[in-house]
Amino acid sequence: MAAVLTRDITKTFGDVFAVNGISLTVPDGEFMVLLGPSGCGKTTFLRIICGLERQTSGDLLIGGDIVNDIPPRARGVAMMFQSYGLYPHFTVRHNIAFPLKTQGVPRAEIYKKVEWASQLLGIGHLLDRRPRQLSGGERQRVALARALVREPTALLLDEPLSNLDAKLRASARLEIKQFQQRVGVTTVYVTHDQVEAMGMGDRIAVIDKGQVRQVGTPTEIYDEPADRFVATFVGTPPMNIVARNGGYLGFRPENFLPKEMINDGASTEFKFRVDRSEYLGSERIVYGVMEGFDPNQVITAKLPPAHVAEESIRPGEWHPFAVRNSALRSFDKDGKRVSH
Amino acid sequence: MVAIAEAVPKRASRFRFILDRRDVLGSIFVAPAILYVLLLVGVPFLMAVYYSVSAYTIYDPSWRFVGLENFKQIIEDPVFHQTLSNTFIFTFGSQTLGLILGKFGALLLLRPFPGRKLVRALVILPWAVPIALATVAWQWMFDSLYSVINWTLIALGFITRDQAPNWLGSQGLAMLSVIVVNAWRFFPFAIVIFLAGITAIPQDVLDAATVDGAGFWRRNYQIILPMILPIMTIGLVFGIVFTFTDLSIVFLMTMGGPVGATSVLGFAGFQTGIVSGDVSHGAAISLFMLPVLLVVVVVMLRFIRRREI
Amino acid sequence: MQRLTVSKVVKETSFYGAVAFYLVLAAFPFYWMLITSFKTNPDLYNVSNVPFWFNDPPTLEHFRYLFEKTLFTTWLLNSLIIGTCVTAITLVTALPAAYSLARMTGRSGEALGIGIFLTYLVPPTLLFLPLSRVVTQLGLQNSMWSLVVIYPTFTIPFCTWLLMGFFKAMPPEIEEAAIVDGCSLFGAFIKMAIPLSLPGILTVVIFTFTLTLQEFVYALTFISASDQKPITLGVATDLIRGDVFYWGEIMAGALIASVPVAIAYNLFLDRFIAGITGGAVK
Repeated sequence: MAAVLTRDITKTFGDVFAVNGISLTVPDGEFMVLLGPSGCGKTTFLRIICGLERQTSGDLLIGGDIVNDIPPRARGVAMMFQSYGLYPHFTVRHNIAFPLKTQGVPRAEIYKKVEWASQLLGIGHLLDRRPRQLSGGERQRVALARALVREPTALLLDEPLSNLDAKLRASARLEIKQFQQRVGVTTVYVTHDQVEAMGMGDRIAVIDKGQVRQVGTPTEIYDEPADRFVATFVGTPPMNIVARNGGYLGFRPENFLPKEMINDGASTEFKFRVDRSEYLGSERIVYGVMEGFDPNQVITAKLPPAHVAEESIRPGEWHPFAVRNSALRSFDKDGKRVSH
Repeated sequence: MVAIAEAVPKRASRFRFILDRRDVLGSIFVAPAILYVLLLVGVPFLMAVYYSVSAYTIYDPSWRFVGLENFKQIIEDPVFHQTLSNTFIFTFGSQTLGLILGKFGALLLLRPFPGRKLVRALVILPWAVPIALATVAWQWMFDSLYSVINWTLIALGFITRDQAPNWLGSQGLAMLSVIVVNAWRFFPFAIVIFLAGITAIPQDVLDAATVDGAGFWRRNYQIILPMILPIMTIGLVFGIVFTFTDLSIVFLMTMGGPVGATSVLGFAGFQTGIVSGDVSHGAAISLFMLPVLLVVVVVMLRFIRRREI
Repeated sequence: MQRLTVSKVVKETSFYGAVAFYLVLAAFPFYWMLITSFKTNPDLYNVSNVPFWFNDPPTLEHFRYLFEKTLFTTWLLNSLIIGTCVTAITLVTALPAAYSLARMTGRSGEALGIGIFLTYLVPPTLLFLPLSRVVTQLGLQNSMWSLVVIYPTFTIPFCTWLLMGFFKAMPPEIEEAAIVDGCSLFGAFIKMAIPLSLPGILTVVIFTFTLTLQEFVYALTFISASDQKPITLGVATDLIRGDVFYWGEIMAGALIASVPVAIAYNLFLDRFIAGITGGAVK
């Protein structure tokens, strides 16, 4: 049984469609990431699942029950906000206990559950502090504990890592993922950061302009994008897309290599003139133009420095580059993926 | 196939979560305030309009409709002309004086100096203290016999005792006194407003202006003034509205005298409507405040909306 | 080098001179109030005396007279009662209204909020005529309870506007978290919004109280019985026997009534400004 199921959810603000028909199924225990650029509707959609917004049309089922008209507290969901939303005038203990208090859970039971949740997240020593005395990472853990103490059907997270600095983000990412795997709670996670999405999601739903473009595992999203948007949104630097034969042809920068490096299998050759090169230590990014294509379009190649010496790719000269045919992706004139 | 739960019966669900319904709760929350305002401001306002077109006095409380008769009588009364012009002079004079004092006072207080906090606390006093009490102090200061102002002028040799002006008893001086007191009441408010506006200007804007070569006066008039215009406008709206409709200062200091030289609309309305009991004429006089107030408020609101920075 | 120093001295002197000017301008009447209340009557009513300082030693006779021979303490009590009741009524009405307008109603709420605030600008010198009729109908003429009923007409609009500003400045996340954690909308208001806006509420309480203390027009209109007067009206109009003003007592009374208000304004001025500017200038 799916923990969260939506059928054609739409949300309008005036005549603007924030969410334009999303049907999604999140099976029990899955870590589903909603990925998309700012303003694509992913946060609105999450808030609809939570119950903080009401959808204009469509059905929402949580744990198998239709919850369209039911307020958040009766839906069995828990949410972690971008700035955590900890209650500043309560201690950590009271913060975690609050969801249980509002539901009339007896005091002894509350005590046990708070202990359990704080042990789970390693914050037992912080129980008597106030949120303003905690670091960013500690606050996040308190927010998680508070979310889990009710053992919700679904855990919803709204860009929880965006307030952390880059260094903390990587370790926090790992912590959340490991934590979710251990506890097994169904999770819906909203982010605009594709690295987070690829690293954490069991499946990713790529959303743009209120609609789902593709749902799939990270591998599926990356290797078999359903359209141009998904292809260029995921992956850094983005996939190269050139016009060809009335449609489009795409190939990722790491697959665009000097001809000498590709000596197995069928490949397509392109003459490539390097204009600029960036040395990033672990890789070298080169920018240039391909012969026979739009001279204003910049094509990117991601080269491993260990195998490609700098002198062999000099700016201003034309080199033979190639892409393995298996790495080529074709799109029709509307941007939808076709097999070639 | 996902099991679809039985839909909760419609009637129960409507009341079950009533404390969650944004629309219901929102209306209930605003209701008492709106009711209070409607009943005790809206309705009386309409009543005032109604009085002004009726022949209602407390001796003859009949609601006879007389159309614009009351207004005609008032407009033809030369005493009313004086009242009207007094009100404008009073408002314009005290607001201008107060603004100027306020602007320069604010500039002074911008710069940190020892004791600034104390000075600020003292400078606020005229505005902070209840208007009637402050006015009474001035009344004593202007007293015809014991005025400390006169004493000082005499002591400094500017005038002799027989030349000592009767501040509240002579026509021109009475108006001047009333204006001074009102400006004195207003200027601390103006200082506060100016300070709030100026300190809200981001330092980078001022720095950029200095780097661009703007001197003190140019900085002031081309950069600072335009940026504090919205908040200054708000302050002015408050100031004008409360001055134009005020009766306290005139009531306590001059009772509208001598011979109506300081009678203003608010005071005249009080005299006619409450003291003399001629409710309909009193209401008509008071209503003359409306057009000016409306114009002021509308103009300024529009001005603010357009200048949103 | 010499010229620089001289011009600097001139600048500094004129600066401090200007500050002194403002100080004297603002504070002199209060100094006058202060010194008058402590001067003996013969000292006060003698034109040949230097008025700026005591010629006879200072005396407490005016204060004694005020408290023993006039209704001053009654007036004080009246004002306290009126202030407390009006503040209570205002809070109960304005708090939910401000919250609703700040959180629950979007665009139309904004317009309604401005509308409510504009009623603050409707002058008492216009409304006092019909309101005196209303007061008579309610049987409250000449009673201080008339003020308890009427004062909220301006304290509610003003405080709603102030509180709206405070609520708007609060991030909605905490209330939303409470809702997800099991509170109803109403519960989130009581358990989260109110405790977290306590500083704003305190400011509003102080200002409502001072607004009621300052008010003069309605008090003058509705009350003539000496024992029902609030303190401002009493001191300004009731310390007169026939044609004679009891200046010593009047100044003493004015002093006592002014001090708490002045202190309150000074402590809460910054908060008040934040409320006004936050609500008006986005």
